[in-house]
Amino acid sequence: MTTEIKLPFDKAFVSSFSSVVNEPAWFAELRLKALEQFEQLSMPKPDKTKIDKWNFTQFHQHTVKSTAYTSLAELPNEVKALVDVDAGNQNLYIQRNQTPAYLSLSDDLRNKGVIFTDIFTAAREHGDLLKKYYMTQAINADEHKLTALHAALVNGGVFVYVPKNVEITEPLQAVFVHDDAEANLFNHVIVVADDNSSLTYVENYISTVEESNTLANILTEVIATTNARVQYGAVDNLAKGITTYVNRRGVAGRDSEIDWALGSMNEGNTISENTTNLLGDGAKGDTKMVVVGRGEQTQNFTTTVVHYGKHTQGNILNHGVVKESATTIFNGIGKIEHGASKSDAEQTSRVLMLSEKARGDANPILLIDEDDVMAGHAASVGRVDPVQLYYLMSRGIPQTEAERLVIHGFLAPVVNQLPVEKVKKQLTEVIERKVR
Amino acid sequence: MAGSTLTIKDLHVAIDGKEILKGVNLEIKGGEIHAIMGPNGTGKSTLSSAIMGHPKYEVTSGSITLDGQDVLEMEVDERARAGLFLAMQYPSEINGVTNADFLRSAINARRGEGNEVSLMKFIRQMDKQMEYLEMDLDMAQRYLNEGFSGGEKKRNEILQLMMLEPKIAILDEIDSGLDIDALKVVSKGVNQMRNEDFGCLIITHYQRLLNYITPDYVHVMMQGRIVKNGGPELAQRLEAEGYDWIKQELGIEEETVEQEA
Ligand SMILES: Nc1ncnc2c1ncn2[C@@H]1O[C@H](COP(=O)(O)OP(=O)(O)O)[C@@H](O)[C@H]1O
Ligand SMILES: [Mg+2]
Repeated sequence: MTTEIKLPFDKAFVSSFSSVVNEPAWFAELRLKALEQFEQLSMPKPDKTKIDKWNFTQFHQHTVKSTAYTSLAELPNEVKALVDVDAGNQNLYIQRNQTPAYLSLSDDLRNKGVIFTDIFTAAREHGDLLKKYYMTQAINADEHKLTALHAALVNGGVFVYVPKNVEITEPLQAVFVHDDAEANLFNHVIVVADDNSSLTYVENYISTVEESNTLANILTEVIATTNARVQYGAVDNLAKGITTYVNRRGVAGRDSEIDWALGSMNEGNTISENTTNLLGDGAKGDTKMVVVGRGEQTQNFTTTVVHYGKHTQGNILNHGVVKESATTIFNGIGKIEHGASKSDAEQTSRVLMLSEKARGDANPILLIDEDDVMAGHAASVGRVDPVQLYYLMSRGIPQTEAERLVIHGFLAPVVNQLPVEKVKKQLTEVIERKVR
Repeated sequence: MAGSTLTIKDLHVAIDGKEILKGVNLEIKGGEIHAIMGPNGTGKSTLSSAIMGHPKYEVTSGSITLDGQDVLEMEVDERARAGLFLAMQYPSEINGVTNADFLRSAINARRGEGNEVSLMKFIRQMDKQMEYLEMDLDMAQRYLNEGFSGGEKKRNEILQLMMLEPKIAILDEIDSGLDIDALKVVSKGVNQMRNEDFGCLIITHYQRLLNYITPDYVHVMMQGRIVKNGGPELAQRLEAEGYDWIKQELGIEEETVEQEA
């Protein structure tokens, strides 16, 4: 059953936006088709969180005007802290609300054929390549209302393409700055690692406004074809009041590997999905995620690894801290399809509650349709162990500092996996601020 | 004044409402090494936990003072900063916190804000003491006690002792589970601490450790009380003859029966 939801933006609006940004016909058509599909589709149903009262569809501004940065010196301090302001020849994309605001790609990577550009430029200049991967392999527009809405209204994002046999050692970094309280983010990130290639991509979503009554509908698609490796790091740090739907999904072909290191620091209600489809034999998927929930916010994280290929390996490690009256739900799903023999699905989800009113839940789900496999799961929801605090305090460490050590220790094994030093440091600082 | 004095008077301690210590009296001064011996389950760890302030142990009456200051009024961390240290029988494991970060926090907590130890100096000191205790230097960067073997945990407790330099230390079964080489190393660490400002209470039920660390005073604990006091010769007699003669002397016959009751 679907309820009638009247969208604030219609066909005419979407078409005119397409022509303003000068999109190829296929992209504009995909939008219109998705807008039609929206009507018939239902909302996603995250396990253990009711979202029927959440607003994912009503908003005022599809487009806000932002000016590009002429140099990194103009960046707000919060953003400067994330990037190397002094480095010259680096790989950095900065988006301001939905406006591409800064781009730098090293000559070396450019010469090797690496594409790293905003989604609109990609549609215009690399249309055929983008068309092959955009909402065709990882996420489809017609999965539910929110994927369709996203496809219809996408207003920002980035395209990364690494050609065959190119191995990139230095990370590619994208920063999505949200500095306009009216801006709604329909951001699309697509990372393609062609055969035998490898890369590290790190992104930050960062609000510089205190509060914003808006939406974020973020989709990421990662495609690792054959024997490719993608390390994907992300820190989401969107302001209070923003309702977020974020779906990051990867498909790994034969002998490919996708590793996710995700820090979810949003202040608003968040539904997050992270899925890795291990399509090819020998593929690997690894997700590490840290979450801090506080205030009144409700957050639901579903992490899924689906094993199709033989000898595939899936790992999920989620750690969440919840304080005040916040709710954090972890759903971990390991799914082994028939024929995916010798595969291994492992997962661990832990929630540490810091207050009486905090609520946490960790639900491991194993769906196995093949005999010759391995699978394991661990889940726990608990509070700070008073005996651990006693031990630390018995060395002279005051209680608040002892708690800080235990909480940071709880998150550290995941934080330490983030690929860029500055981003790791910033995440540590954000955590510090939030759990204090 | 040389060293500090820890004074325990008529201490009664209960766990979950059950009285375990039934009136313990003890005084430890700087420069002295005391040993408490006794069969398992007689309250030795209860005494050390009560002194340090373990949340599960409730002091129902009696007093503990350090240089006249009321220890029972202090929080656990205040007790430590006042100069007490407990090498625990079962140290906690703390995921994600490196041994080095933990020790540096502990040292800085003592030194106070604005007076933090320099990182270089800290590392040098830690390396030096780890070498002295024949520990693998990698252990500085491992998570606190996590996955440490029994012996590694004990060495790590002594490492903390040497780094924190307390006035009065209690070592609860620091010898259990150690092979003879490890025992020698641990003893070496404690002996190095030995000076007239440092008081120490060694809890053990084997005399073996006392071959390497010679105590000034030996106390025997049974059924929640200190039932006999003496010098090093008392430990040797216990090693040779066991505890039965004390039980007989004191008319304690139902030790095991009473414990089960
Ligand atoms: N956490 C606890 N909860 C309940 N009883 C305990 C606890 N710890 C110790 N006890 C009991 O207290 C008594 C003394 O224990 P303990 O002080 O550990 O003895 P010792 O260190 O001399 O072997 C024992 O009977 C033991 O079972
Ligand atoms: Mg004991």
